[in-house]
Amino acid sequence: MADEKFDAIVVGAGPAGLTAAIAMAQAGLEVAVLERGAFAGSKNVMGGIFYRHPLDQLLPEFWKHAPVERAIVEQRYWLLGPNGHMGGGVRSQSFAPETPNCWSVFRAKFDRWLSEQAEQAGAMLLTEATVESLLQEKGKVVGVHTSLDDGDLHADVVVIADGVNSLLLRDLGVHSEIKPNQVASSVKEIISLPAEKIADRFNVEPGQGVSIELFGSFTQGAVGLGFLYSNQESISLGLGILVSDLARLKLKTSDILEALKEHPSIRPLIAGGKTEEYLAHLIPEGGYHAVPRVSGEGWVAVGDAAMLVDNLHREGSNLAVQSGILAGQTIVRAKEKGDFSAAGLAGYQQALKSSFIMKDLKKYRGLPHWLESSPQFFNIYPELMNDAGTEFLTVDGVGKREKQNRILKMVSRRRGLWGAALDALKGGLTLK
Amino acid sequence: MKLEDKLFLVTFNPDHQSHLSVKDQSVCAQCREKPCINGCPADCWEHEKEKNEVLVSFEGCLECGTCRIICPYGNIDWKYPRGGFGVKYKFG
Repeated sequence: MADEKFDAIVVGAGPAGLTAAIAMAQAGLEVAVLERGAFAGSKNVMGGIFYRHPLDQLLPEFWKHAPVERAIVEQRYWLLGPNGHMGGGVRSQSFAPETPNCWSVFRAKFDRWLSEQAEQAGAMLLTEATVESLLQEKGKVVGVHTSLDDGDLHADVVVIADGVNSLLLRDLGVHSEIKPNQVASSVKEIISLPAEKIADRFNVEPGQGVSIELFGSFTQGAVGLGFLYSNQESISLGLGILVSDLARLKLKTSDILEALKEHPSIRPLIAGGKTEEYLAHLIPEGGYHAVPRVSGEGWVAVGDAAMLVDNLHREGSNLAVQSGILAGQTIVRAKEKGDFSAAGLAGYQQALKSSFIMKDLKKYRGLPHWLESSPQFFNIYPELMNDAGTEFLTVDGVGKREKQNRILKMVSRRRGLWGAALDALKGGLTLK
Repeated sequence: MKLEDKLFLVTFNPDHQSHLSVKDQSVCAQCREKPCINGCPADCWEHEKEKNEVLVSFEGCLECGTCRIICPYGNIDWKYPRGGFGVKYKFG
């Protein structure tokens, strides 16, 4: 194998790496995908939502064959207080079943399927192959050194898709080490329940499901989010906490998850369920300003490795897929020109910029700093909003104007009216 | 549900050599907070008080990378396990 040279080597068989591989293999390039796990997906974790766009551009109607769980027909957003929640959501039949917007998925199953599509397109998948370093000659990446016997593989270009802990980008000197306020430490449980129970509890038809994004006091003042997604015969329940806040507030994600399972709004949804698996992963949270250089001499970076996650909309795998497609297309053009230099691959960065990926990240570029510098959204407002809502809806002979005054007093006492007004203004400006 | 019971549900194929190690125990000895211990979602890190050393049980590592990022001194040598070893998720 040492003498064999590929057009491209992809490091990491996740959605970003595999779609890059498929785009290149479809165009006839010789592609090797290296995966450190026993199979593609065996190391891969996310909350669990996979969008139809943009993979259906590369693999039309893929969902008819892919192992997806439930088409998400309703997206709920809950602000949890200690005793309950207030919330809203959108449910629409246009999310299902003909052209679903997104599904709940299990990455160990979905990524394995996607790796088979890459193989069918002509890419070579090598599993149990950990890439230990990049091979470089005269400042140019020319291949990878792997844990395989006889482990050096050469290629014109290396697609760095090794995920959020991208040791390769770090070793390349593209970014210094990730900072604790740029990633969330997340944990998740898969809790099995019969399909009928899920249909009843979430008020859905067979094959359809609900996602619930959770904000609120359960993060104990830390910047963090939770989620609850319905799968075919299980619930995915998890949360992520900014690593800097884990350290600052001395919190344990596993304890917070255990407490969340006992929350009065969550407990009935998972009652009677059996935990099947416990998982952990980092989520990029740095947004626009954390995205490193994404291409150079003989390399491109895609997906989580390039920190491409839109946290506000809990979008990640779709950014991974889009970046993989754009990187793959750029490499196909570079192959035509025979130019794999930084200049020859620069089109990828341009394509990212013109796509929804960098447009969305740029739109919300102020979000990470705003959240981090506004602990009131995690330690004051969730309880305050829930108490205000409870006060307003409790019928106890007190007039509505008096109720309104009580709520204003609550806001004034716990946050201050000026503070609340400023928070609303700043929030509006940050998200505009 | 106890964390150890949850970890019992996870499939591992542990290597005989660790992919995690402390670079310099004297740095850990001076670290007051030791955030690696609380930060790890799988309780892999512990403080051995007698020798005043921070020890790791790499066999139960979920490979998330939290310890790598949370260590204020960059004192954890964090690698991926060799090919095929480590955590093997059923669901993911």
